Amino acid sequence: MWTWFYKLASPPYVYGVAAALMPWLLGTAALAMVYGLIAGLAFAPPDYQQGDAFRMIYVHVPAAIMSLSVYMVMATASAVALIWRIKVGHAVAAASAPIGASFALLALVTGSLWGRPMWGTYWAWDPRLTSELILLFIYVGVMSLRSAFEDHARGDRAAALLAVVGVVNVPIVHFSVVWWNSLHQGATIVKLGAPSMPGSMLWPLLSMWLGFMLFYGAVLCTRVQAEVLNRERQAAWVREAIKS
Amino acid sequence: MKVGAWRAFVLIVYRELCLSFRRPEHLFQPLVFFLIVTTLFPLGLSLQLSQLRDIAPGVLWVAALLSSLLSLDSLFKSDADDGTLEQLALSGQGLTLIVVAKTCAHWLLTGLALVVVSPIVAIALGIPTAAFATMMMSLALGTLTLSWLGAIGAGLTIGLRRGNVLLSLIVLPLATPLLIFGAAATERAISGTSAVGALYFLAALCVFTCTLAPFAATAALRITLE
Repeated sequence: MWTWFYKLASPPYVYGVAAALMPWLLGTAALAMVYGLIAGLAFAPPDYQQGDAFRMIYVHVPAAIMSLSVYMVMATASAVALIWRIKVGHAVAAASAPIGASFALLALVTGSLWGRPMWGTYWAWDPRLTSELILLFIYVGVMSLRSAFEDHARGDRAAALLAVVGVVNVPIVHFSVVWWNSLHQGATIVKLGAPSMPGSMLWPLLSMWLGFMLFYGAVLCTRVQAEVLNRERQAAWVREAIKS
Repeated sequence: MKVGAWRAFVLIVYRELCLSFRRPEHLFQPLVFFLIVTTLFPLGLSLQLSQLRDIAPGVLWVAALLSSLLSLDSLFKSDADDGTLEQLALSGQGLTLIVVAKTCAHWLLTGLALVVVSPIVAIALGIPTAAFATMMMSLALGTLTLSWLGAIGAGLTIGLRRGNVLLSLIVLPLATPLLIFGAAATERAISGTSAVGALYFLAALCVFTCTLAPFAATAALRITLE
């Protein structure tokens, strides 16, 4: 029953799976995002307070959620790689870091563009904004630490440890709006009870979220393939894989 | 001869203190840096003393963080360069014990020294004497937490040539909660309101890092030493 799980530790198997999954993930991501964008930008009603400016939500919120989710994926893969010495874990973590950093940057940029018409400023030193920025810095730290070592294996493990240590920031970002008095609005979707949003606004958002997740999966597959190839460049199966 | 864990701890701390007191310039440089950075702010901003008091907590804490960071680089570096660290690791004592001892000694030499010097800076920045106790308490808790975080960062960057910059890049984001709560506690103390809440938060962070960071720092050393 667990054999599929054990197989995930084998680089050639992961390389094959990633290659097979990639087009499916990319296709479904495109579908979900096309629906989400059309329904969100054209058919969802304008917000009673924010008017049409609220439509920024369809990029901003999924990007912000993904910046945290990708961090958790990276930290989990790092922990797995450190504890059980599974090299594929390092490949997944190394592949995830730039994607997560891009999501964090996207969330910050769209957030500040949204903040200009709504709050009257591009940037406020608000807990949630600040902790998201710190998340970006931690991503940058993990990536630079990995590349600072000449010995790849050592850089991988050092970056993995830092990624695991950096997990303490994730609950801080998530709960910052609850703990501190913040300009940023509180949880709207993921909370106990019904979401405080009508379905015509909510469904496109959920679809965008799904689309972002699938898109992450697709990009991750591509990057993991590259990472695995680079790490296993001495192995015989790589020569076979590249020839075919 | 088998040396007990407590005895080994005391010996390592004693060795660190001895080494530092024989080269006192290493002891004074971070403190002088702390003083210089805090004097730069009033010079650069040319404020009245009353305005200075408003920004004093932030200035004090940023300067404290930067000067502690400056000395973190030396936490393991010289011992790693001459092979002492490897000998310590092979000594039969747990590596965690060695990390704890070295970090404690490092805090005594940098963090505690900073706390002792801080009233001078506080007077210069116009912080009222009534706020000194809270300020020093918050700095003591904050610098201890920072030493633990720094032990992880220093452990990860030992073998690197440009490790110092990378060390700041790694440690500073993790240290931002310290800055927030530390400056908040000092600010409350200056305005005369109760700073207990922020101090409790600092203490909680301190306990959290004291209990978990030694293991993370040990793992970091294992990775970089091999």
